[in-house]
Amino acid sequence: MKSASAETARAEQPSSNSPLEGPITGAEIVVRCLQAEGVKHVFGYPGGAVLYIYDEIFKQDAFQHILVRHEQAAVHAADAYSRCSQQVGVALVTSGPGVTNAVTGIATAYMDSIPLVILTGQVPTHAIGQDAFQECDTVGITRPCVKHNFLVKDVHDLAAAISKAFYIARSGRPGPVLVDIPKDVTVARCAFEYPRNPSLRSYNPVIKGHMGQIKKAVQLLLSAERPMIYTGGGVILADASDLLARLVERLNAPCTNTLMGLGGLRASDRRFVGMPGMHGTYEANMAMQHCDVLLAVGTRFDDRVIGNPKHFAQNPRKIIHVDIDPSSISKRVKVDVPIVGDVKEVLNELLTQLEANQPAPAPSTQAWWHQIQQWRSRECLKYEFNDKVIKPQYVVQALWKVTGGDAFVTSDVGQHQMWAAQYYPFEKPRRWINSGGLGTMGVGLPYAMGVQIAHPGAQVAVVTGEGSIQMCIQELSTCKQYRLTPKIINLNNRYLGMVRQWQQIDYGGRYSESYVDALPDFVKLAESYGHVGLRIERPDDVEPALREAFTQLKDRLVFMDFITDQTENVWPMVKAGRGLTEMLLGSEDL
Amino acid sequence: MRHIVSVLLENEPGALSRVVGLFSARGYNIETLTVAPTEDPSLSRMTIVTAGSDDVIEQITKHLNRLIEVVKVVDLTEGEFTERELMLIKVRATGRERDEMKRMADIFRGRIIDVTERTYTIELTGNTSKIDAFIRALDRASILETVRTGSSGIGRGERVLRV
Repeated sequence: MKSASAETARAEQPSSNSPLEGPITGAEIVVRCLQAEGVKHVFGYPGGAVLYIYDEIFKQDAFQHILVRHEQAAVHAADAYSRCSQQVGVALVTSGPGVTNAVTGIATAYMDSIPLVILTGQVPTHAIGQDAFQECDTVGITRPCVKHNFLVKDVHDLAAAISKAFYIARSGRPGPVLVDIPKDVTVARCAFEYPRNPSLRSYNPVIKGHMGQIKKAVQLLLSAERPMIYTGGGVILADASDLLARLVERLNAPCTNTLMGLGGLRASDRRFVGMPGMHGTYEANMAMQHCDVLLAVGTRFDDRVIGNPKHFAQNPRKIIHVDIDPSSISKRVKVDVPIVGDVKEVLNELLTQLEANQPAPAPSTQAWWHQIQQWRSRECLKYEFNDKVIKPQYVVQALWKVTGGDAFVTSDVGQHQMWAAQYYPFEKPRRWINSGGLGTMGVGLPYAMGVQIAHPGAQVAVVTGEGSIQMCIQELSTCKQYRLTPKIINLNNRYLGMVRQWQQIDYGGRYSESYVDALPDFVKLAESYGHVGLRIERPDDVEPALREAFTQLKDRLVFMDFITDQTENVWPMVKAGRGLTEMLLGSEDL
Repeated sequence: MRHIVSVLLENEPGALSRVVGLFSARGYNIETLTVAPTEDPSLSRMTIVTAGSDDVIEQITKHLNRLIEVVKVVDLTEGEFTERELMLIKVRATGRERDEMKRMADIFRGRIIDVTERTYTIELTGNTSKIDAFIRALDRASILETVRTGSSGIGRGERVLRV
C-alpha cells in the first residue's frame, strides 16, 4: 500500500524526460507505452472495461487497431504477426468473457514460446472480488498459460508494468505476458515517463553459453562418425538460421527441423532430411535413432518428435542440447552436454570453436551418408496420384508450385497440417505459421490475418480443413473489413481427418463423431462475406484454380473448397507411445 | 527422497499462487510449505518440503527458477542444514493423564501455553520427525486438535541464501 501523500508527491513530480508535461490518464499511458515500444498494429475487441483505452486509440494514429470478430482471433492474429515478423504481437481485449475467449490464443502462443503482450480490461479496483458484471479473475485464469502477468492496481505502476511486459515477452525464452488493467486505473492520472530497459533482479536469462560446455560439444561433434543435427522453433525465434546453415555445412551432418522449426534450414539443402517425429520422414527418424552424436538446438524432445523416450534411449548416442530454457534440458531425455544460452550466441561460438579446431581432421561421415541415402530411397512421402479423386497431398504440392515455394503458409490442426508440413518445403524461416505445441484448431485464418497485416502484399495461404476452418470462420468478416486477401485452401474430406485416421488404426474403425455432417456451402459462405468462393472437385482443376486465385484473383480473398479423398491417411506414422523407428509407412503396414 | 527447497521470491501478490500452481500443474507434490517476508520486506522466503527422484527435483528447481518473481532457489538437502517446525497441540488433560501429559511435554521440551481444567495446549518445535514422534507417543484418544506450520529450513554454517 502506498500512502496518499507519496502518491500525490509522485503525481506532481514532472517526468524528467518531458518536464512540461502534466499528469495524463491511464488510458493515455497505455497508448503512449505502445507508441514508445514502436507498436504499429494492435489486434483487439472493445468492451466496457476498456472503453477509455479505446477512446484514446480513437485520438491517435501511431498504430492501427484491427477489429476482429472474436477475442480468440485477436490473440491468434497478434501471435502470427509476431511469428512472421519478429515483433512482439499486441492484443487488447475487455474483461470477463473478453479474457476467457482470449485464453485459447494465449495458451497457443505460450506453448510455442511466442512473444506477445496482451492488455486486458478489468472491472474497477473497488469492484474486484464482488462478482461484478463481466468480472473474472484474469491473472488467476491465465497464470498457467502466460510467461508472466500483472494486475495493475495503481496508475503509477502502469507504465512500468507495460514496459516490463514487453521486456519479459521478448527476452529469454519468449512468451505471452498479460497486463490486466482495471477501468478506474485507466481514468486515474499521473505523470508519464516510459521506463526504458527495465531490469528485474529476479529475472536474468542466460544468453552466453558456458565455454567449457561448448568446447566439449565441439570435441564430440568433431569425433562423430554419425552426427545428426535436430533443431526446433528456437532457431526460428533466435533468428539463427544463417548460422545453422553454416554449421550444417561445416559438419556435413544431416539436419532435421521439427514442425516448429521448419524453414530453419533451407528444405532444398541436400543435408536436410525432412521433419522428424510422429509424421516425420523415414530418414529423419532413422537418423535421429541411429546417430552417434545428436546436436539438439532450440528444441525440447517433445513426445510428438521422439516418440517413446524409453525406446529412444535404447540406442547409445551422445546428446548435446542447446536451449535458452534450462527446464527444457533433460526433461524427457537425459543429455550429455547441456548448453544453456541463446541459440544464436551459442551457434556463433560453436562455429568459432569449430573453425579454431580446423587442423584435426574430422572422421569421415561417408558411410553415414551412404546409410542415409538408403533410408531416403524408401521415398516415404510417395503417394498414389489419382486422376478421379483429389489427393490432399497433391493440392499442397500444386500450391507450392503455384506460389514458387515462397508463400507464407498458415495451417490449422490435423491431417492438412501434416500434409502442409510434409509437401510444402520451406526455404526460409518464419514462413510456416502453425500451432505446434497446443495444436489449436481454428488458428489458420486469424494467423493469415496477422501475417498479412505484417507483410501486406505477400502471398498468404491458409491450408485448412472443413473442421478447423469453422472454428474461426467469423474472421472472414475481419478480412473483408481490412481487405485482407489470404487464399484459403480447404482440404474438405467431410471428416475430422486425423481423428478418423486414429479411429481407423486404433479404434477398430468405429468412426465416433468424426464425420462432419451438415457442412455449409463454403462457396456461398465466402460469397456472403463478400469474398470469392470456388469449389474444386477434379484433380485437373486443382492447379488452374490455385493459379487463378494467386493471379487474377490475387486482390481478393479466395476460399477454395477442394473436395478430397475422404479416407486418405497421413504417412509415415508413429503411433502414440511407440518408438520413433516403429513407423507405419502406409496402409500396407497396418 | 525427501527434499527441502528454499526459495527467495519477490513479496508480491500472486507470487505464492505461481509457485503452488507450478507444483499442481506439473504433478509435483508438496508435503509442507511455509512462507513469510524476510528482514527485507520486498522479499519472501519460502520453504517447500517435497519428495521425488533426482530428476524430478532437478525439474522442480529449474521450473521454480523460471518463475519471473523467483530470485533464488536452493535445495537445502544438497548440503548441511537445520530444519524446524512448530506444532500447537491441544490434548485432553484430566485425572492421572494430566500429570502424564505434563511429563511428556517436558521430555520433548514442549511448553504448555494454555490450560483449562480439562485440556492443555502444548507448543512444540523441532524437526518433522521429532514432532511425528511426539504425536506417536501420545494416546490417539487424548489428542483433541493439532496444527503444524510445516518445516522452515536454513543452511548450516556460513552458507547464506540472500540477494
